Amino acid sequence: MLTLIRGGRVVDPGNLDGMMDILIEDGRIVEIKDRESEGRGQRAEDRGQRTEGRGSGVKVIDAFGKIVTPGLIDMHVHLREPGHEYKETIKTGCMAAASGGFTAVCSMPNTNPVNDNSQVTEYILKKAGAADMIRVYPVAAISKGLKGKDLCEYADLKEAGAIAVSDDGHPVADSRLMRRALEYAKGFNLPVISHCEDIDLAECGVMNEGAVATRMGLAGIPNAVESIAVMRDIALCELTGARLHIAHVSTTESVRAIRNAKKRGAPVTAETAPHYFTLTEDTVDKYNTNAKMNPPLRSRQDRDAIIEGLADGTIDVIATDHAPHSSIEKEIEFDLAANGITGLETSVSLSLKLVENGLITITSLIEKMSTNPARILGIDNSLKLGNPADITIIDPDISFTVDANSFRSLSRNTPFDGWSMKGKAVLVMVNGQVIFER
Amino acid sequence: MEFTKKDILDMESLSVDEIALILNTAKRMKEVSERPVKKVPTLRGKTVVLFFYEPSTRTRISFDIAAKRLSADSLSISGSSSSMVKGETLTDTVRNLEAMSPDVIVLRHSSAGAPHMLARLVKPSIINAGDGMHAHPTQSLLDLMTVMENKGSINGLRIAIIGDISHSRVARSNIVGFTKMGAKVVLAGPLTMIPKGIEALGASVADNADDAVCGADVIMMLRIQKERQKSNLFPTEREYSKVYGLTKKRVKRAGSDVLIMHPGPVNRGVEIAPEVADGPYSIILDQVTNGVAIRMAILYLITSVSDSRRHAEC
Repeated sequence: MLTLIRGGRVVDPGNLDGMMDILIEDGRIVEIKDRESEGRGQRAEDRGQRTEGRGSGVKVIDAFGKIVTPGLIDMHVHLREPGHEYKETIKTGCMAAASGGFTAVCSMPNTNPVNDNSQVTEYILKKAGAADMIRVYPVAAISKGLKGKDLCEYADLKEAGAIAVSDDGHPVADSRLMRRALEYAKGFNLPVISHCEDIDLAECGVMNEGAVATRMGLAGIPNAVESIAVMRDIALCELTGARLHIAHVSTTESVRAIRNAKKRGAPVTAETAPHYFTLTEDTVDKYNTNAKMNPPLRSRQDRDAIIEGLADGTIDVIATDHAPHSSIEKEIEFDLAANGITGLETSVSLSLKLVENGLITITSLIEKMSTNPARILGIDNSLKLGNPADITIIDPDISFTVDANSFRSLSRNTPFDGWSMKGKAVLVMVNGQVIFER
Repeated sequence: MEFTKKDILDMESLSVDEIALILNTAKRMKEVSERPVKKVPTLRGKTVVLFFYEPSTRTRISFDIAAKRLSADSLSISGSSSSMVKGETLTDTVRNLEAMSPDVIVLRHSSAGAPHMLARLVKPSIINAGDGMHAHPTQSLLDLMTVMENKGSINGLRIAIIGDISHSRVARSNIVGFTKMGAKVVLAGPLTMIPKGIEALGASVADNADDAVCGADVIMMLRIQKERQKSNLFPTEREYSKVYGLTKKRVKRAGSDVLIMHPGPVNRGVEIAPEVADGPYSIILDQVTNGVAIRMAILYLITSVSDSRRHAEC
């Protein structure tokens, strides 16, 4: 079976950029041809002849005017299974990811039971295999039960399929444990993903500290809650030489600390989420629980610093921190509502807005949504001959209105419902199989 | 002017005209409480539910008396006596109340924004009787009324509010309310209790209690909660009282006809010296008296809105 992706602009940062055709056979990329170096209009015929010669049909995917990229990877997703299947299952999460343009996601370990042993990792992979859609890379816990006390068995977890470790949602408060985690994980080449938060300083805060929180009578979370932890983890990263990835960066001070650490050559990488470069604390107005997340939406100045960090490469990755919750957790009093919003089905469009506004290039966007996550996780995801055909096709011009009720995700907790957006993924292919097409 | 608000949620959402209307109406209502027969039939047939999820004595009784003096049927439920202890959500509890057709629900809740959420969801009028650290509009209105009675006008007055501003819904509502009516609000308290960005509400922050009190027309002392000591917001009551407490000596720095206010309950000897609380400048009990009048005015105005709305729907 042959598939031809024809006429799109292929953007694979550091590898390809141009109008190219990609031929896929048995799930793998077998040919990439530059359309500009050859006569136009003959490509399809060539393929046709070649296909006839082989005696099977060719599926032609028209990608004129579209962007063809290596499959997008969201390295920060809460799939909620096992344990919270009413919010999301591995299957619905995979469907949401596919419809958002992703060919792979990392699933965070704060399930019930916690993914802190190989059996849970295997369970997740079994379910993902049964869903048979996108790739799921389980992130295992740093510490047993996410309790910040005892290390998990990283060798065993890696053998079972874990791709990184993180106590996401629960910061590792104990600096000595964090040091040991970084050192021990380094031995297995597992990146440590850190949720940076000084929980004592955060106290009972529910939104960004500042005039908006004060006016609304809500307890605030100052920026230092995050940057203190970022700076500590950078110090431990430099102490151990282990790879550190900082999750969901939201503040000016964190961006500055990461930028300086990178200048010194520390092996640190960082991600942010679309809501941190799109929204500010003002969205919390009227006690909107779909604007409640941790870290919280920050000030305008912080949002601008995040965009600057994305533009200058300080922030390597755009990940969604997709955190589905049901109405039970969200349609309640603001201070009691759960943190987090869904992100898989709005991420590409929100990120394309940065390109449209001239803040980053499309190449940089693909780097942050595919190339860099792949590099950090140690996956070869690029469009090379012989590689599995994990491909996303983006139509940058398609306009639409977000309708949370049409989400594939089981949950609807998004602050972007009703937003007008431009640009989205129109086709997603994993192993050469089209798993989503608009 | 006709009152058109369905709910009373906070001082920010009330206009200057609406505040003036409430204060004027309260003046007439106060007269009812001074009669030998303290009851008028105005709200006969109306049902007012007092839903106090958080404990309260003064505010709940004040609303209850206000409703009864207007002949409304009022009933009280508390968080611990409601189905919420059985795990029912606030929304479900209030929807169930709604199904029994009350006209007004007076809500006291520990979560900021809880009345706002319910106001969007249910038909009865919601009156916020205090939501977390956010707002306590009826307290602010009764404070405005009490100052107005004594000073004739709010415009141009200097109001000092001293104490735990961070955790005080009374402070927030009064900063908004008094500023809106033309007063200048000056705050003082330990910096651990002055929230970030409070100036955006229109207040200024004095360096210390003496500066705040200096030349003040009104001094409003806030209750200091002993639990705050545990979170290290202040080291001891002794030091708090010394630095921020309102003593006779400190009162002397204010204007000669200063008014001393306190939303209660008072910690005698901590934020306010007994001789100041009971002294000639104190209008603390007038505040309580006017609380009934303000709540009568609000119940009256808000139910008349519901009536016209109901007519509109016919």
